[in-house]
Amino acid sequence: MKEIKIFARAGQGAITTAAILGEALFYEDKFSYAFPHFGAARMGAPMNAFLRFDQKPIRLRSQIYNPDYIIVIDPTLIESEKCFNNLKDQGKAVVAVRKNTQIPDKKDITISSLEAEKIAKDIIGRPFANTVLLGAFAKATEEVKLDSILKSVEARFKSKPAVLDKNLAAVKKGYASV
Amino acid sequence: MKKFLEGSFAMAQAAKLCRPGVIAAYPITPQTHIVENLAQFIADGKLDAKSVNVESEHSAASCVLGSQAAGVRSFTCSSSQGLILMSEVLFCIAGMRLPVMLVCANRALSAPINIWNDQQDSIAVRDAGWMQFYAENNQEAVDLIIASHKIAENSKVMLPAMVCVDGFILTHGMEVVDIPDQKDVDNFLPSYNPPYKLDPENPMSFGLLGTPDVYQETRYAIQKTLEDVLGMVPKVGKEYKDKFGRDSLRLVEEYKTSDAETVLVAMGSVCGTIKDIVDTEREKGKKIGLLKIVSYRPFPKEAIIKALKPAKNIGVVDKDISLGSDGALYSEINSLLPSDKKVSGFVAGLGGRDIKPTTVKEIIELTEKEQNSCKFVDLNKDILWEKFKTI
Repeated sequence: MKEIKIFARAGQGAITTAAILGEALFYEDKFSYAFPHFGAARMGAPMNAFLRFDQKPIRLRSQIYNPDYIIVIDPTLIESEKCFNNLKDQGKAVVAVRKNTQIPDKKDITISSLEAEKIAKDIIGRPFANTVLLGAFAKATEEVKLDSILKSVEARFKSKPAVLDKNLAAVKKGYASV
Repeated sequence: MKKFLEGSFAMAQAAKLCRPGVIAAYPITPQTHIVENLAQFIADGKLDAKSVNVESEHSAASCVLGSQAAGVRSFTCSSSQGLILMSEVLFCIAGMRLPVMLVCANRALSAPINIWNDQQDSIAVRDAGWMQFYAENNQEAVDLIIASHKIAENSKVMLPAMVCVDGFILTHGMEVVDIPDQKDVDNFLPSYNPPYKLDPENPMSFGLLGTPDVYQETRYAIQKTLEDVLGMVPKVGKEYKDKFGRDSLRLVEEYKTSDAETVLVAMGSVCGTIKDIVDTEREKGKKIGLLKIVSYRPFPKEAIIKALKPAKNIGVVDKDISLGSDGALYSEINSLLPSDKKVSGFVAGLGGRDIKPTTVKEIIELTEKEQNSCKFVDLNKDILWEKFKTI
């Protein structure tokens, strides 16, 4: 079983990120359990989404405290939420950064950082980093195929053709940026 | 068909498959995506039902009472304060013998305001005369919604059913769920054809004055019916399993209890976490088991006594408390068992407090070591009452 913790602010698409990833893993015959945890339940407040996946059905219902992987959607949370603190040794982090973002120096952790908001702004027109980061996650961790992520994004956005192609391009760009 | 779905969406699909004619709900916190999805199905023409947007949960319950009395299969959802506001009408629905279906997304009660999960809300209305079935995961939630209709609407039962699902953990959790085909559900669950209903051609009244000459007999009738339901659950559960392949509707699930020295007893999604711990503890050679209560009302006394026979130490996990007494499930389990068994009660997971694997391990250790009737676990010692009280 592998565990992922996603750091974001409410409204930035952490749940969508977990949902797209869970669906992509489902295409690869894996079982996953994706769930949010809300703090203040207000737009802009820090929140987490979690995802567990395995070859067999997931029964464990607690939150995730020592993830194998983290995805940081909002660079301003790196310090305040201490995102890297409980990542497992040999764990991997996929992190959206801005020009001046300080990344803590951690041994035994592989950090893939990319200017996901900027990439999203260029491709989608708005700074929604999550689909870019999903592409980066596929490349950095090799836990899920790029094609599965693309298929899942397609299923997710099929009713919104205006943003579908842009998000597919964002995933591919994220994949290529790691 | 297997899909990766949010729990609320899966449960809305299950409700839709049962072809309700009326769905009433109050669309504000506490509410879930279940009725939101159902309203969307109706708006999209995928479900032929009347969605009634009412002004409170009291009205939502009153609305489904009326529509069910008129002979229409009716569905509603609520949680927390909403369920408590419904409670007056919940007793009426059972007393009028109307098989309404309600999904309760279990959440804590105010005050303080708390939107997160525990099971205090459905426990608080356990005496209303409704059946209550608790789901461990979203697959069971889907199955219980469909299967319990069949019991509720049986002409020998005619009582409402509440499917209880842990708020957020299941309702907002996404996982792989097998959604049955419509034709199979149609085949399993015939259209609602009640033995009595409001009908201008054949006028009758519901819920009239029940004087001391008759009232007690109405309660006796519900009690006897619920005792009969205990025999019906395994039968309908088997019928469901034969058709859909899953054993979700049952009184209890015995998970590795037959040789267990220590057995935890619990309801709902925490049973999944406990099963994982049972397996890891067994790898270390400890004989641990879990008794999962699916049917809380009616309460399956005989099945519980039988399942707990081999156990020496029993730990009951309540996500609720009868303040001034003990956890609700603990009180009932303890009253069933002979005095030579060591039975402990634990209160955990209130108001969304996460029940971690370490919490479950602590409960197992305490169950083996000592006897407590109402032990709160995972308390934050920095903010305990003892520290601040001045009298």
